Amino acid sequence: MASKVIQAIYNDDDILMSAVKRVKEAHHHIEEIYTPFPVHGLDKAMGLAPTRIAITSFMYGCVGITVAVLMMNFIMIEDWPQNIGGKPSFSFIENMPAFVPIMFEMTVFFAAHLMVITFYMRSKLWPFKKAENPDVRTTDDHFLMEVTLNNNEDELTRLLVDTGAVEVKVSEKH
Amino acid sequence: MASHYEAPIREPLVTGEKSYHDVTVDVAAPVEGRANKQWWIVFSIALVAFLWGLGCIIYTISTGIGVWGLNKTIGWAWDITNFVWWVGIGHAGTLISAVLLLFRQKWRMAVNRSAEAMTIFSVVQAGLFPIIHMGRPWLAYWVLPIPNQFGSLWVNFNSPLLWDVFAISTYLSVSLVFWWTGLLPDFAMLRDRAVKPFQKKIYSLLSFGWSGRAKDWQRFEEVSLVLAGLATPLVLSVHTIVSFDFATSVIPGWHSTIYPPYFVAGAIFSGFAMVLTLLIIMRKVSNLEAYITRVHIEYMNKVILLTGGIVSVAYITEFFIAWYSGSNYEDYTYLSIGAATGPYWWAFWALIICNFVVPQTLWIKKLRRNYMWSFICSIIINIGMWFERFDIIVINLSKGHLPSSWSMFSPTFVDVGIFLGTIGFFFVLFLLYARTFPVIAQAEVKTILKSSGERYKRLRDSGNSLVGTAADNRTSDIAEVTKETSSESIAIDAEKQAKLIAALGTFNEKEDKADDLKKIDGIGPVMEKTLNQIGIYTYEQVSRMSEKEYNLLDAITGKFPGRAQRDDWAGQAKNLIK
Repeated sequence: MASKVIQAIYNDDDILMSAVKRVKEAHHHIEEIYTPFPVHGLDKAMGLAPTRIAITSFMYGCVGITVAVLMMNFIMIEDWPQNIGGKPSFSFIENMPAFVPIMFEMTVFFAAHLMVITFYMRSKLWPFKKAENPDVRTTDDHFLMEVTLNNNEDELTRLLVDTGAVEVKVSEKH
Repeated sequence: MASHYEAPIREPLVTGEKSYHDVTVDVAAPVEGRANKQWWIVFSIALVAFLWGLGCIIYTISTGIGVWGLNKTIGWAWDITNFVWWVGIGHAGTLISAVLLLFRQKWRMAVNRSAEAMTIFSVVQAGLFPIIHMGRPWLAYWVLPIPNQFGSLWVNFNSPLLWDVFAISTYLSVSLVFWWTGLLPDFAMLRDRAVKPFQKKIYSLLSFGWSGRAKDWQRFEEVSLVLAGLATPLVLSVHTIVSFDFATSVIPGWHSTIYPPYFVAGAIFSGFAMVLTLLIIMRKVSNLEAYITRVHIEYMNKVILLTGGIVSVAYITEFFIAWYSGSNYEDYTYLSIGAATGPYWWAFWALIICNFVVPQTLWIKKLRRNYMWSFICSIIINIGMWFERFDIIVINLSKGHLPSSWSMFSPTFVDVGIFLGTIGFFFVLFLLYARTFPVIAQAEVKTILKSSGERYKRLRDSGNSLVGTAADNRTSDIAEVTKETSSESIAIDAEKQAKLIAALGTFNEKEDKADDLKKIDGIGPVMEKTLNQIGIYTYEQVSRMSEKEYNLLDAITGKFPGRAQRDDWAGQAKNLIK
């Protein structure tokens, strides 16, 4: 089904915020909003679900510390339990203080990098990815709201102009 | 954001009449313009220094470490001094972007991008030294625990030098993705402005197809916050681990439990000094005076003052403990009588003057708000912090436990040449960065523009709404829209008007006197006109407003919904009647 969207362009974040609230009140579905910078509270106003990316980071950190412990336990305690400068290599716990710096670093390494990779995958960002903002001004100082159309073009246009949109146009959904 | 409360005591962080578009233009200007003659001159000098350093590195590796001034007693000198110095400088970048983010410091926005760039470039310089100071650098990959054909011969995880490998590589890579992720929206801005196809292509590639969706921003902010939360302990741990190179040894003067926090404080101290050195020049050269203001300089100087104080306390502690320990060996070494009066007295006193005495001048407000003095002071601190590392390393090694192995150190031209080379390399990278990257995180500055911009503060203080004020008539035709709502009268819904007036009471033009409604916070001349048009002239009428009337008013004017209620016009009017 080829669906159409109506695109309203705003030139101020405060106007955008009140517009979002009014469009939501009128029970129209906001398809997407493109902004040049994070407008605080916009996700709440739009009703976006909170992101779970911090939770993934925690899990990746757990993986990191596990890898560090298993690696050092195998190498230092199980594979070659040597005497290096009188350090006790009989059990992991005895020589544990010397392993802490690397356990810590690997936790951070895994938590940070895997989370960033997750972010890039989820938000579909990678080199050679084509930009999808419908208007180039949305990375400068304009805010673009896309609302789904259901044969109510005139009504929606009137509403959007009323909310302070500086430009309203209908386009095919990409 | 219009409803955002900002204490009037706060100084503006963005000066001048800036709109969102102005921020874009100002940040893009150095990237879109051409480099001038001075840039080429400075770049050439840096490049020559870099190439000279590269020659020295190649000479060292091909001939042997013996070309340096090291001897049997002093096995670490300029190499590790420079390594710790560069790592320390890098720390301010992470501190600004991560710690200040956690503390919600808005002033970080204008400086974080360059500070992070400085981090990356100085950690790159630092990373050279662990490689080139090796006797057999071509076997450097043996530090990694890779399964191999020697029966799988592993590394020893007890050594702080191996911890360094993990710390520095984690630090560099995490800083890099943190920096890059923050750059995506700014590269996208450059991409969407680019006119030449080549530039468009490059910035499309660099921006990873960033489109600025609401969901992207939500994730972006969460990722930044979590990365800041991870980078903060990281930055503390990295310099801690670097300090372990010394603190875990048995050398008198090195074996000291104060090192981890003291090194970290010193790192922030020297790092902020380097940020100041660079930004004081950059704000002039790149015309960013409106974004990197006197307030930014002052705040950074305050951080320098704090960390310089911590470092000074650490010096005194070292002094005290060296005496208090009763150990004879401590007496000959770092920060004790032996260091102050021995053959390296000049290095010791250079440290005390540069790190202990000079930064104390920043207690004086006039001096810490002075660009010239901040610049001079920042350079002095960097010299002092180099001497701190040199003193710790060389003085302590020169007089160890056994008098028969006491020795002196003097560098050769290769030692000096490699150090100059890294400074050259640093500036080559930084100068290239300043011409191709958005040096200010414009997307972030735009989020604080309305709360901390000079123009918006003024508007807010005079009781005006900020709604619609950031629009720029160069990018959209707003002249028409504002004219329509300001000078011309608005079309009034008669039914709603009647309802509203019925609730508030009518104004009789012959008998009653109109009040100055502009005295109510939130009502400007335009709003007053509109209210008069509806039939509201007196405080009495306004004071009768309640939620229902506010909503009616909003429905009639169609402007600034909720504004009247938030500002409590009725309450204000009641006070004005008395």
